[in-house]
Amino acid sequence: MATKKLVRVKVNGHDREAEIEPRVLLAHFIRDVLGLTGTHIGCDTTNCGACTVILDGRPVKSCTVFAVQAEGREIRTIEGVANNGQLHPLQEGFKEEHGLQCGFCTPGMILSAYALLEKNPHPTEEEIRWGISGNLCRCTGYQNIVKAVQYAANKMSEEKHVA
Amino acid sequence: MLPKTSPEIGGMGHSVKRKEDLRFILGKGTYVEDVHLPGMVYGQMVRSPYAHARIKAVRTEAARNFPGVLAVITGQDLEKAGLSWMPTLFHDKQMVLATGKVLFQSQEVAFVVAEDRYTAADAAELVEVDYEDLPVLVDPHRALDADAPILREDREEKTNHIFHWEVGDRKATDSVLQSAPVKAKLDAFFPRCHPAPLETCGCVADYNSATGKLTVWETSQAPHAHRTLFALVAGLPENNIRIIAPDIGGGFGNKVPIYPGYVCSVVASLQLGRPVKWIETRSENLQSTGFARDYHMTAELAADRDGTLRGLRVKTLADHGAFNAAAQPSKFPAGLFSICTGSYDFATAFCEVDGVYTNKAPGGIAYRCSFRVTEAAYLIERAMDVLAQELKMDPVELRLKNFVPADKFPYQSPLGWSYDSGNYHAAMNLALEKIGYRDLRKEQEDKRQRGELMGIGVSSFTEIVGAGPAHTFDIVGIKMFDSCEIRVHPTGKAIARMGTKAQGQGHETTFAQIIAQELGIPVADITIEEGDTDTAPYGLGTYASRSTPVAGAATSMASRKIREKGRKIAGHLLEVNEEDLEWEPGKFYIKGAPGKSKTIQEIAFAAYTDLPPGLEPGLEAVHYYDPPNLTFPFGTYICVVDIDKGTGEVKVRRFVAVDDCGNVINPMIVEGQIHGGLTEGLAIAFMQEIAYDENGNIQGGTFMDYLVPTAVETPNWETGKTCTPSPHHPLGAKGVGESPNVGSPAAFVNAVVDALSHLGVKHIDMPITPWKVWQILKAKGVAE
Repeated sequence: MATKKLVRVKVNGHDREAEIEPRVLLAHFIRDVLGLTGTHIGCDTTNCGACTVILDGRPVKSCTVFAVQAEGREIRTIEGVANNGQLHPLQEGFKEEHGLQCGFCTPGMILSAYALLEKNPHPTEEEIRWGISGNLCRCTGYQNIVKAVQYAANKMSEEKHVA
Repeated sequence: MLPKTSPEIGGMGHSVKRKEDLRFILGKGTYVEDVHLPGMVYGQMVRSPYAHARIKAVRTEAARNFPGVLAVITGQDLEKAGLSWMPTLFHDKQMVLATGKVLFQSQEVAFVVAEDRYTAADAAELVEVDYEDLPVLVDPHRALDADAPILREDREEKTNHIFHWEVGDRKATDSVLQSAPVKAKLDAFFPRCHPAPLETCGCVADYNSATGKLTVWETSQAPHAHRTLFALVAGLPENNIRIIAPDIGGGFGNKVPIYPGYVCSVVASLQLGRPVKWIETRSENLQSTGFARDYHMTAELAADRDGTLRGLRVKTLADHGAFNAAAQPSKFPAGLFSICTGSYDFATAFCEVDGVYTNKAPGGIAYRCSFRVTEAAYLIERAMDVLAQELKMDPVELRLKNFVPADKFPYQSPLGWSYDSGNYHAAMNLALEKIGYRDLRKEQEDKRQRGELMGIGVSSFTEIVGAGPAHTFDIVGIKMFDSCEIRVHPTGKAIARMGTKAQGQGHETTFAQIIAQELGIPVADITIEEGDTDTAPYGLGTYASRSTPVAGAATSMASRKIREKGRKIAGHLLEVNEEDLEWEPGKFYIKGAPGKSKTIQEIAFAAYTDLPPGLEPGLEAVHYYDPPNLTFPFGTYICVVDIDKGTGEVKVRRFVAVDDCGNVINPMIVEGQIHGGLTEGLAIAFMQEIAYDENGNIQGGTFMDYLVPTAVETPNWETGKTCTPSPHHPLGAKGVGESPNVGSPAAFVNAVVDALSHLGVKHIDMPITPWKVWQILKAKGVAE
């Protein structure tokens, strides 16, 4: 067993740290060590995207990042998307547009869409489809996920307008 | 006609937003992998790299001595406990951990338990197994050759043949085929594919030695059946076994069987007295758990020159892999494959299926399919196009000519089914109108002149779901009823539990809507709970589109029992005879005096506080529903494709799906199911196959090789509906989850073949990859 390393991260705004083996995957660190089980693991080949989290503003598949690589960085997981009990427009959109069925891909899907909208607040349908193309869903056929993202984009743009 | 409820009540027909969504969008779902118990340890499977090999030795010392390892269990260890084999869900048995030899690549050989998942994985690498190669049998056609290696030495019958099953009139069908003026023949292979739900299979087994209770959190679509099997196989008292199926990340049939990992986890927990978690990887999931299809089929159609169908003969070779681990009703070795006469009025038909063993993973399970219905629908819908081509007739015209007419329902099929209701012409006509069929044919003609490749594919499927009536349907002897128990609390809120278990279908919403419809209690006031065998009434689970037809009916009937008791209470409160009361959703009122009424909430309170003399307190009911017949949803799907002559890539330009699943509970959820099923059908038609090389090495065993469509390849689906209620279901509903997966593959393939038919192409087996298409284009001299 290799020497354990101290990893300090900011997760959803909170400082967390733990001593872990250098080989521990970020996905396992988030789930097993930090106890945030909203991040899911659906494959072993970096295809499915269920484990997507946001690392320093960019979406990453956390099954393909070592936890030690996150040292000193900021992570946002699905548990940190709602704001003080207020659903994020994306979360609202997924519910309103029936963008989920079994819910297993949903956290990763929401975080990929979150990163997309940060970069591109008014994506076309094509851009949304490419933006979530690293995330697999077996239940919905994506059509309502696209609508959910459009719902969020519209709502966020209205909110910005009002503000 | 069902009474209409207000949106606040949210009964049948309302697109109520799903009650289950909130926890999932917040990341607060509880899937099996999220269950974390004090003292929990981790299991890791050691698997065979060979498809067929004698096991000479299993050396476990190094693994056992590895720091952090708690146990290494082998087939020999299980043998001592009489657990090295377990029954499958279909008249066969399966090795839990291999003894003697292995029969497929990735077969379970040993189970390592360690303090954490990384240590378990490390130690699994240290288990050394000596194998001696045996000849590998991959081709099912060869399985029956006299010199083929016999795979299953454990069986008395020294053959690879598992079963022969036939139905219909062989002689009459042979004679019709001999004399018919027009014949069409199709050899079609429905490739081995895998349901691949996004969450893999897994469990947490927790044996409490102080109480003797075994609790297993399991990715199970059928928790009650699993409990009974654990009791029968492991010899534990059934009251001391509790199966909990928590949130499930998709199932599609994959989570119906019991897998060796569950059994090993239970054994390890019994041995160690600690909770054991085992979660398979995606690759393990694709390589070892229930596959689907793998049917080599031949259909022969007989017709008159005007296209009138005369007879159908079907012969099929079914590859079941190393163990017959099909999960289906015990009287149906080929499931409900005899629905293969489809939507057409055949006077004569005959169907036979032979099942064989090969060195492949065991199965075949009903993947989003009511037991081999997908294979049947694909075969007949593809064969109809072959006949149309033979007759030089439009495939739509051929279908319209031969549909079972609406006035012929209930319709007796020549292969023994009694179709409950249907109006196939209506669904077809709506689909034609929606897609603009005539204009598309004209466009195709113009494009052909210009050398462009465009195709239109039609599929008019008939499904058979809702298994099933107890007189015919059972799984390992347990009749295929389902159940619902409802408790209405004093304040008028309710909780209900069923024997089913959702994996994304939205039962927490739709079953609440059924109760809302029947009792007028708002959906918001109803909690639906499934999956805990200690609390839910017994039922056979969720697969084969059976939840709405069977448990949904049970929910309706249990609600009506409560309503009838409510009538007595209302009569008492209003001081009138029961007969003088009328019901509308939510209240009883006095006939002719609608102002004098008692709401269901007032009635519920009185059930605990102010009862008529002699009436049992409380407001609860349970109902076990044995359906009188199956239900027969149907629809017409039309697909338009364009083919790139440079790359062979097929682009699905449009897809119209008209479904008829009888009365709809939640239109939003039904539409979502159709989108999802069509996307799975698209994957099967164009991308997916679990193939094997000649040594039995799996070629599609990871998500890198077994492709799941992304949002980019998936088109927008256009949906429509007709409504022909089921006459025997209490709500007139039929079930819909599988229809799009059953009906769509033929539409995709028919469209591609249609695009190439003028070049002499008559059939292409799935998956229709760009490479496969390009090779055809090249051979026909049209590739660019």
